[in-house]
Amino acid sequence: MNSSNLTRRELAEAIAERLGFSQSNCADIVDCVFDSMKKTLLEGEPIKIVHFGTFSVRSKSPRNGRNPRTGEAITIKKRRTVGFRPSRQLREEINR
Amino acid sequence: MNKSELIEALAQEINIPHREAAAITNTIINTMTEALANGESIEIRGFGSFVIKKYDSYEGRNPKTGKKIKVKPKKLPFFKVGKDLREQVNANKK
Repeated sequence: MNSSNLTRRELAEAIAERLGFSQSNCADIVDCVFDSMKKTLLEGEPIKIVHFGTFSVRSKSPRNGRNPRTGEAITIKKRRTVGFRPSRQLREEINR
Repeated sequence: MNKSELIEALAQEINIPHREAAAITNTIINTMTEALANGESIEIRGFGSFVIKKYDSYEGRNPKTGKKIKVKPKKLPFFKVGKDLREQVNANKK
């Protein structure tokens, strides 16, 4: 399995290569796309990207856990997180 | 928000034609899909990361009938929210 990692930089390069924009513009463009997505999620709104998946803010109830290092029992507070549910097309693409 | 709203937001934000914003958005999504399909991980600092988890074949049950079935090996993408975004969703509203 490939262990390489895709980052903002590779996304900017892909846009520059495929669409012919300058590299520095592309870095800003990529930031802009993820900033819009963050803004939407922070408003509590989910993002549905067809053929890819859905990002949504989920509330987690408090639960008891342990500090994995010390084994000490702690209460994990109620919190919010962002979840992702892959679309069927993405799952199929990955298992092809 | 769906994909066309994301495209619209980008077009307005950086003042480019809708068609270009659509090409950019599709390039980003396609590049991410290709990476995951190749078993690569994705790391978008401040937003989150994706990793592919591999599952071996296992004996499962049909939850409706209770019948034993063999689940084929599969790969699934997992998303982990980035530190910035995680802190922001929690700071926003309690």
